[in-house]
Amino acid sequence: MVKVYASSVIEAPPDRVWSILRDFNGLPRWHPLIEASRIENDEPADKVGCIRNFTLQDGGVIREQLLTLSDFDYVCTYSILSSPMGVQNYQATLRLVPVTDGGRTFVEWSAEFECDPGREDELRQQIGQGVFQTGFDSLKGLVGG
Amino acid sequence: MPKIFKSTVIDAAVDEVWGLLRDFNGHDRWHPAVAFSEIEGGKYPDQVGCVRNFRLRGGGTIREQLLALSDSARSFTYCILDAPLPLYDYVASVALKPVTDGGRTLWTWRCEFDAPAERAAELVRLVGEDIYEAGFAAIRSVLSGQAASSAGTVRVARARSEAVAAASPGAVVGPTADAISAGAIVVHEYGGPEVLRWETVSAPPPGRGEVRLRQTAVGVNYIDVYCREGRFDLLVPPGVPGMEAAGVVLDAGPEVYGIGPGDRVGYACPPVGAYAEVRTMPADLLVVLPDGVSDEVAAAGLLKGITAEFLLHRVHPVKSGDVVLVHAAAGGVGLLLCQWARALGATVIGTVGSAEKAALARANGCAYPVLYREQDFADAVMDITGGQGADVVYDAVGRDTFEKSCAALAVHGHLVSYGQASGDLEPVDVGGLASKSATVSRPNYGHFIATPQALRAITDRLFEALRTGTIHVEPRQRYPLAEAARAHRDLESRKTMGATILTVGG
Repeated sequence: MVKVYASSVIEAPPDRVWSILRDFNGLPRWHPLIEASRIENDEPADKVGCIRNFTLQDGGVIREQLLTLSDFDYVCTYSILSSPMGVQNYQATLRLVPVTDGGRTFVEWSAEFECDPGREDELRQQIGQGVFQTGFDSLKGLVGG
Repeated sequence: MPKIFKSTVIDAAVDEVWGLLRDFNGHDRWHPAVAFSEIEGGKYPDQVGCVRNFRLRGGGTIREQLLALSDSARSFTYCILDAPLPLYDYVASVALKPVTDGGRTLWTWRCEFDAPAERAAELVRLVGEDIYEAGFAAIRSVLSGQAASSAGTVRVARARSEAVAAASPGAVVGPTADAISAGAIVVHEYGGPEVLRWETVSAPPPGRGEVRLRQTAVGVNYIDVYCREGRFDLLVPPGVPGMEAAGVVLDAGPEVYGIGPGDRVGYACPPVGAYAEVRTMPADLLVVLPDGVSDEVAAAGLLKGITAEFLLHRVHPVKSGDVVLVHAAAGGVGLLLCQWARALGATVIGTVGSAEKAALARANGCAYPVLYREQDFADAVMDITGGQGADVVYDAVGRDTFEKSCAALAVHGHLVSYGQASGDLEPVDVGGLASKSATVSRPNYGHFIATPQALRAITDRLFEALRTGTIHVEPRQRYPLAEAARAHRDLESRKTMGATILTVGG
């Protein structure tokens, strides 16, 4: 099992950051790698079990299923159903923790998955930096700091 | 049910912060609200279930129990057992997470508790601000002090002392610039008691990590004789002997945490230098003395008590029903071994050199004092035990007793050789141990107090034993510090009984 973990601090209160991240269909609005997204079967984006079907800037298509959504703990968990990335049993968690000292937000994004032997480092880099950290940097631009 | 959640981001790597927070008994070294903390019952601070018992700087004592500790999640959970405030069912958790983007650390501190409704708001503020947020600030300034020193930057004494003062108000003040002249015993060449000379020496102002003590009582130990004779290289002439004392902190250098001027402290360890009125030394080596332990008791009992603790609880854990043979049962360590082994439920046999010493040993829990000059002690042990022998023999006499100590052992017995008052040991015939399936240990004091945590685990149990009266120590001989030579003469001529101290001033 390969594990990826990335975290950051965003200079905005958690409610503000959560209002962006809780939208399971909202990736194109804040993540620069995502071109377009829709929820399959016209389900609401906060219905646990719903599937987002989104297109990357490079044309690849990924389907992900919402497994957990907690407005109480600021947590979102999802799995990949299909993707061009070559990962299996991929499950990821996005979590916010309030930083009470300064009204900021700690954000962490982690994933566990399996892949072909030899690809671990490449995928860890691609997901940790290319997806997660890129997302953090973009969020900072949207809500400050 | 009130809940508190506080969090902050610390500008340091997560493992560095965890290194400070993980020690459940270490909060008195960084939290400004905590004056003195100890773990009850000699447990380790990372032993889940252990109880920390600590005194607040503002007065009052709190007992908290460790419920969970995770090095993988970098978190721990604890509850309050007793507190002077109405915090009921209080359970708190501390957790750290790495901020991978920038090498920083998220620190969260949360709790839930019950409280009388009219006091809830006050308690939420008190815990959230005076404990949690004050703790954030204290760790931040501890780390900024460490960063400044490890970076090797030019030392800016004023800025540093302000940062430290913020971490523990009133605990640390800048040292005075001047050396203090004071009396001390100096050894210029190895030899007999006559080489112990009273002179005036200078105690420099404390440097980084050091404190300067005005000592009140100094312990006399047989190892001081070995040092004076040059048998150990712990003392290199010209030097001040002695490894045990108690006193009061006069001033502290930069980067001293948790110990400050006015604190009563004691120590029992190298480097030598205890035979002095004033001494400058590393703060790490000190233990803060609890209220129930006087300076004289600490000077008389720290080294011997630490020794007795690890001999009876760590080298060979003595249990109820064991037969224990203690050599020199009327000596400093011997009396403590008798008391403590008896309290653990053992039958204690002790060797002594005179009827007077036999009476003293008996009064201290030794059921069978054996006058070794009149009776072969191995025969005596076999007589007393009906031929079984002793489960453990504590032997600091060494050359003169080793062979007979082996003969006094039971099958599967354990000979613990922890000293050599009669001279260095001959090479041991390991094959001969087979006749008893015997174990021989040669514990080294230094290894048992090698880290502050290890030392604290031992002194916590020792202080508890002293406080509850399980053991007691009192100096039976007192000499003025300047007359250390006379104390050594009496010790070497076996005139002394129990602990000997040198008194300072007064």
